Amino acid sequence: MVQFLNENGEFAVASKEHEIYAQFIRDLRESDFLKFYRDMARIRRFDNEATALQRQGQMGLWVPAVGQEGAQIGSGHAVGPNDNIFPSYREHGVAITHGVDLMSIIKMFRGVNHGGWNPYEKKFHLYAIVLGAQTLHAAGYAMGVNFEGKVATGNPEIDEAVITYFGDGATAEGDISEALLMAATTNAPLVFFCQNNQWAISSAVETQTKVPLYRRGEGFGVPGIRVDGNDVLACYAVTKKHMDDARNGLGPYLIEALTYRIGAHTTSDDPSKYRDAEQVAYWQARDPIIRFEKFLRSQGIGQDFFDEVQAAGDQLAAEIRETTFALPEPELELIFDHVYSEPHPLIEEQRAWLRGFEESLGGHTPTDDGENKVDYGGSR
Amino acid sequence: MANTVELSIAKALNAGIRKAMQDDPKVLVFGEDVAKLGGVFRITEGLLDEFGSKRIFNSPIAESAIVGTAIGLAMRGFRSVAEIQFDGFVYPAFDQIVSQLAKLTNRSEGHLKMPVVIRIPYGGGIGAVEHHSESPEAYFAHTAGLRVVSPSNPNDAYWMIQQAIQSADPVVFLEPKRRYWQKGQVELDQPALGLHQATVLKPGTDVTIASYGPMVVTSLQAAEIAQAEGVSIEVIDIRSLSPIDFGVIVESVKKTGRLIVAHEAGTFVSISSEIAAKIAELCFYYLEAPVIRVGGFDVPYPAAKLEELYLPDADRLMEAVDRVMAY
Ligand SMILES: Cc1ncc(C[n+]2csc(CCOP(=O)(O)OP(=O)(O)O)c2C)c(N)n1
Ligand SMILES: [Mg+2]
Repeated sequence: MVQFLNENGEFAVASKEHEIYAQFIRDLRESDFLKFYRDMARIRRFDNEATALQRQGQMGLWVPAVGQEGAQIGSGHAVGPNDNIFPSYREHGVAITHGVDLMSIIKMFRGVNHGGWNPYEKKFHLYAIVLGAQTLHAAGYAMGVNFEGKVATGNPEIDEAVITYFGDGATAEGDISEALLMAATTNAPLVFFCQNNQWAISSAVETQTKVPLYRRGEGFGVPGIRVDGNDVLACYAVTKKHMDDARNGLGPYLIEALTYRIGAHTTSDDPSKYRDAEQVAYWQARDPIIRFEKFLRSQGIGQDFFDEVQAAGDQLAAEIRETTFALPEPELELIFDHVYSEPHPLIEEQRAWLRGFEESLGGHTPTDDGENKVDYGGSR
Repeated sequence: MANTVELSIAKALNAGIRKAMQDDPKVLVFGEDVAKLGGVFRITEGLLDEFGSKRIFNSPIAESAIVGTAIGLAMRGFRSVAEIQFDGFVYPAFDQIVSQLAKLTNRSEGHLKMPVVIRIPYGGGIGAVEHHSESPEAYFAHTAGLRVVSPSNPNDAYWMIQQAIQSADPVVFLEPKRRYWQKGQVELDQPALGLHQATVLKPGTDVTIASYGPMVVTSLQAAEIAQAEGVSIEVIDIRSLSPIDFGVIVESVKKTGRLIVAHEAGTFVSISSEIAAKIAELCFYYLEAPVIRVGGFDVPYPAAKLEELYLPDADRLMEAVDRVMAY
């Protein structure tokens, strides 16, 4: 397992083989370290605020990523500006490394839309709820990059790679095996980033695999490596190396980031039913943010910086709360938009019917009280 | 002078795909055995020589991956023509089709276009082993976000495949495999119809038979038999199963007052169920008889020695004609 920061935040390169990764840490400047810390703290703060908002009825569901900030911020910052990201549904940290507006994630879990951000703008694709499905989209996209010859040109302005995120449980899905195979046989510039947070709802990782997950790709021809997912520097370096390699035409790679889901699976989950408090405590003691704070302090970063980050978090939380409470309800007729890219008579017929029905209620929309439920009998 | 050639449905599909690949360098063709072999039905024969292995290539035997990567390629600006080898093997790709491909444009609020064509040879009548003779159209027609079409003749095969490839939306393209060798004239200059239009193939006054794909020929046969018995049948080729061009059917039923809808698939919760319901609603005062559905039975597709019993033929259509004429 690649690790550069031990639990006390002390930097060390454990073995010679890890030197190929360590060089990427040496290239970093202090401002990069501070950025990593700021982003981890920012996303933790956001996450906790989102859970609170869910508890107050502002969102249908929240999916916390607490504990996985090292894996997400480290890997996310290693993804280059031309590269595309195909996430699962817990990648809030990766999202902020590529400028996705946090409110669009809130809106999705509030039930305003199914994502809503433009995947082309941030090169961060929509969250994928069907486990593993996005890895095939990533493979197809990466095949397209190959077809366009935007790999191994030697020009960093042109070369591209793709990264896809998924969990330990998702690896059991056939789609991920098919994606590994596709990427291997086409030499696609695709990095598979598995966050092994050791749980898939209530199922421990042993349910999903007999062999360590970083070796899952071997039979398909995709080499892999395990990295300490709670070490932001190791996650950065390992991802950087294999994204660079993919861009340079060396093909796909599988990274398993060993981390832990500190929180519940979602706000609907009760993890006390299936796991011990001791296990949680063990991993809390290995918190990626605390570990990195120790490192930064050992590098001479003073209390002022941590105070500033704390204040920024308070401000972010206030903004998120305020904006969430002020969100307007979406227009009912939006359900008919973008079902197809080109006109479709059935959709237009049903849209017109609903419009007429609403008008017949005197502008009374069917959802604003219980009495006027839409009658779905008959066809429209 | 009209510029026409005689082609089989198979050759017309081949010519249509070739034309689409010539017209647009973003068009890719892939699936199991489509490259050197040209597919098990030779629909893509010769394309590898003309376009090379970056435009047409064999996929691993992984249907979910075939559709899933077509989606990723669409996100990258390619237009994929993905072949599923046989109808019964589309189900491993079901999630990628109904939850991914069909929904991504909507989920992304229109940012993602999904110009993907999934070609599926479908239907029975070729004496095949299990899983090679199915009619899965209702699953796909039921799914919002998909378009579903099925040509019945070479001219439609040539034009509809090109129109499907040009569509910005995903199209499930159902090819009537037992009619692949059926020949007909193909007009090369321009299509007579849009992708989603139904058409009257034979005008008549007493009964309308609406069908699609492999059953169109059978419907025309029934019309001839009926003619000899003094019953005038109007035959409609529905062509598009989602959306359905109800206008053409409605106009016909207003004239004949009697409608039979025919397909190979079982009739329970089928394309014919939908048409029957819609026509009951739109043509209530014009109907002289209830709409009758003629299809396969609602059983697993039977073994080859029994498929003749399963598949609706002209006699079964005539039995339905007798029934509607009795009202
Ligand atoms: C195809 C599919 N099956 C089941 C589910 C329900 N489900 C949602 S999350 C989850 C567990 C996933 O675990 P893992 O891949 O480890 O990711 P994590 O939640 O730990 O981030 C399950 C079973 C789903 N979303 N998709
Ligand atoms: Mg997990």
